[in-house]
Amino acid sequence: MAGHSHFSPANVEEHFEFTSEARNKLITAMIVGAVLLGVGVFFLGSGEHQEVAHAAAGHAAEHGGEHLSGGAASHHETSWNPLNRLWVNLWLNGVFFTGIAIIGMFFVAVQYLAKAGWSSVVKRIPEAFPKFLYFTFPVLLLIFVFKGDVIFHWMHHGITDPNSEHFDKIIAGKKGYLNFTFFLVRLVGIFVVWLVLWNMMRKKSLEEDLTGGTKNFFDMVRIGTGFVVAMGISASLSAWDWVMSIDTHWFSTMFGWYMFASWHVTGLATITLTVLLLKDKGYMKYVSESHLHDLGKFMFAFSIFWTYVWFAQFLLIYYANMPEETIYFLERWEGHNKIYKAVEILNVFMNFFFPFLIMMTRDAKRTPIFLKICCFFVIVGHYLDFYQMIMPGTVGPHGGFGLVEFGSVILFASAFIYVVSNELTKASLVAKNHPFLEEALHHDI
Amino acid sequence: MNTTEKYLVGVYDDEDEVLHAVTEVKESGVKIEEVYTPFPIHGLDKAIGHPRTRIPIAAFMFGLTGLTCAQFLINYTMVFDWPMIIGGKDFFALPDWIPVSFEGTVLFTAFGMVITFCITNSLWPGKKPKTFDLRSTDDKFIVTINMDKNKLSEAEIETILKKSGAIEVNVKQF
Repeated sequence: MAGHSHFSPANVEEHFEFTSEARNKLITAMIVGAVLLGVGVFFLGSGEHQEVAHAAAGHAAEHGGEHLSGGAASHHETSWNPLNRLWVNLWLNGVFFTGIAIIGMFFVAVQYLAKAGWSSVVKRIPEAFPKFLYFTFPVLLLIFVFKGDVIFHWMHHGITDPNSEHFDKIIAGKKGYLNFTFFLVRLVGIFVVWLVLWNMMRKKSLEEDLTGGTKNFFDMVRIGTGFVVAMGISASLSAWDWVMSIDTHWFSTMFGWYMFASWHVTGLATITLTVLLLKDKGYMKYVSESHLHDLGKFMFAFSIFWTYVWFAQFLLIYYANMPEETIYFLERWEGHNKIYKAVEILNVFMNFFFPFLIMMTRDAKRTPIFLKICCFFVIVGHYLDFYQMIMPGTVGPHGGFGLVEFGSVILFASAFIYVVSNELTKASLVAKNHPFLEEALHHDI
Repeated sequence: MNTTEKYLVGVYDDEDEVLHAVTEVKESGVKIEEVYTPFPIHGLDKAIGHPRTRIPIAAFMFGLTGLTCAQFLINYTMVFDWPMIIGGKDFFALPDWIPVSFEGTVLFTAFGMVITFCITNSLWPGKKPKTFDLRSTDDKFIVTINMDKNKLSEAEIETILKKSGAIEVNVKQF
């Protein structure tokens, strides 16, 4: 009840303890993930020959299926290297976890921009997420520099050279934007801007714990405003570059929004899940049902926002029915022996119907177990969303869910938890000198 | 039907006082009809103990009705009554109908909820407002007690209200 909270800014400071037991568990999980990845790649290498022979036998009969590829996969048909699936999986997880990490910063920036009070009790958690960018940045950079041609159709040898037999007129027309140097500049530029702004924000935030006052708060409002502008541009750029350019022939004006929406709701689910798990461990007792309700509302609303953007992209393509656009959905729905069809269906169910129906009532948003289930579904569902954005155009008929996929997810997820937990130990779990902390502790809705 | 309703109106000076008074008065066995305040007071709804509003359930039902009506309209006109091929799609082109279904759902929900709200709050054209104390829009906090719904006598309730900090207790009849 209002005015009766027994928490006050003076008594809420607490520090997260990252025990050596937890560290060991996470390191073990990383090793297990890496081993699964290695074993998976080994089996892919030995099992692939049979599959190729099988595919070749069925090739004449199923001639139609091959034409449903809009991306680079069809070009791999003659020289498929099983290791490619490893690089593609690392890229997929790199992009997915980059998104979760940067949404942490975006969430904090938006809260400062709106001068929101309630979130000051939880803001240290999203604030720790971007630390993981130091991990995903090299992953994306190295894969792009050394294995970019595995992922991007436009990087194939000779594809923009008029004298080459692989010459592709459409891709040659996009050469001004999609070329190695400019892409590299954008990739590095985006990460540098994100990391610089995050470090500025983090520094101010930690300084506030020591000095108090409102100067740091207003500085952070300015940094947050700058970041929101930067994110507006970089979210679209990263969506076009890292994901949409895989299917180089195809384009969608909704894609920047679409991928950002997917990142955003995943990030919100991760923030909520982290808060709930910390509460289970006995931390953050001052986070009340009302705060959870707000986080739940965020997740509910942005699940619907994702659906809105996804559907806006789908409906226009469906309605206009232009072959160069419909190929994108046709490839996922019917192409590659229909291996992506289940993911497409799950995508809409797990990311729309499930959160929509589960999170609709007020009680569900205030009940930790419902929130946890919903967070889990949203995170897995949006992994599948990224899976179906990236896989058909890169590995095509060689895709699937095997040890490689599970191994790389385990590796990235445990690394993410490790890095974020480690970052959380560096400061009080609550921003103890946040000017709105008093208000947040009495938050009541 | 009894046309006159008799109310006891307790007037309070302070928001904290009224918040505590509500709990106190309720504990003495008096049923509070409603509390009027110049601004929202956090926790007051819980203190009065009104049952949770059922308007979300109404909203869901109106939404379902709207969805059904929209689907019926499109199916009847586009599939059964006068089938037309548009853009090379099936007659039953569900994705095209999502916007209309959505609009139908929202329209029915919005109107339905406004109407439900007005009915449950006795707001209809020509209705004479029950004004307990005009100062509740200025600087006073008003607790109203419906005498028909209370077993205690007027004097007893008046004592309880005064004891809980009311600066005056008035009788109001409509």
